[in-house]
Amino acid sequence: MTARIGVVTFPGSLDDRDTQRAIRVAGAEPVALWHKDKDLKQVDAVVLCGGFSYGDYLRAGAIARFSPVMDTVIEQAKAGLPVLGICNGFQILTEAHLLPGGMLGNDHLHFICRDQKLRVENADTSWTSDYTAGQEIHIPLKNMDGRYVADRRTLDELEAEGRVAFRYLDVNPNGSLNDIAGITNAAGNVVGLMPHPEHAVESLIGTGRTDGLPFFTSILKKLVNA
Amino acid sequence: MARVVVDVMLKPEILDPQGQAVQRALPRLGFEGISDVRQGKRFELEVDGPVDDAALARIHDLAESFLANTVIEDFTVKVESEDVVAGAAK
Repeated sequence: MTARIGVVTFPGSLDDRDTQRAIRVAGAEPVALWHKDKDLKQVDAVVLCGGFSYGDYLRAGAIARFSPVMDTVIEQAKAGLPVLGICNGFQILTEAHLLPGGMLGNDHLHFICRDQKLRVENADTSWTSDYTAGQEIHIPLKNMDGRYVADRRTLDELEAEGRVAFRYLDVNPNGSLNDIAGITNAAGNVVGLMPHPEHAVESLIGTGRTDGLPFFTSILKKLVNA
Repeated sequence: MARVVVDVMLKPEILDPQGQAVQRALPRLGFEGISDVRQGKRFELEVDGPVDDAALARIHDLAESFLANTVIEDFTVKVESEDVVAGAAK
């Protein structure tokens, strides 16, 4: 028996196929979900993938957040369903207020695409348990609106509760406050980050590293052992 | 018909690199004496029927939940008089 992990496709999603592939490489079963369907097909977890959902009109993730599928994702995430938001998916999670803070344009105003060094700060979430806290990894980063912002009180709370899951190392690529690359909710089932673990799961492609694979093996182990 | 305008601005404490880029371009264009520029969004809503308190309350909810993300942005709602709307259309 394996776990079934849903990947939502919105109009403008780009990385749904890569995300499905990463889930398969990890040994789980990917399930395609459609933005117009409220039905999550009884999946055990959901990934909101990268891209430019609804053209990123209004704000990145702002329109996707009100799509039919998100009604169910929001409701079930609050009840404990594991949800991972990558890039545009992270933006959708902040717009849906499943994660605190917000995402704005990179401070240098350019699109960025680079191999990014990160430190795993929290290895206790549903999506990071196959890492060790303090581990340094390289995974691709590619975005326009990657600047994480939150008010001081929220930042202090995230830091005090260990909810900064990933931090940029060597260079802050977009002006994110506290070098934040990814965060988790208090329960650890909802995680969002800007860099793309699904593009770093096979040694033959991309950077040649497989530093992103533990996202998908973490959730698989959690679900299968549950 | 009346027009209701919703203005959305980044909260003052949040860095606005677009506004800064505009501000830095001003001296090159011969505009002096402008020390800061912040860029926002303006939504013009054409409302069917009267803009009464109930309609304004609904627009306020719309602005708060959708047009603005109040985690990072502030917004204002104001009614433009029908005369102004007519004048602007010419």
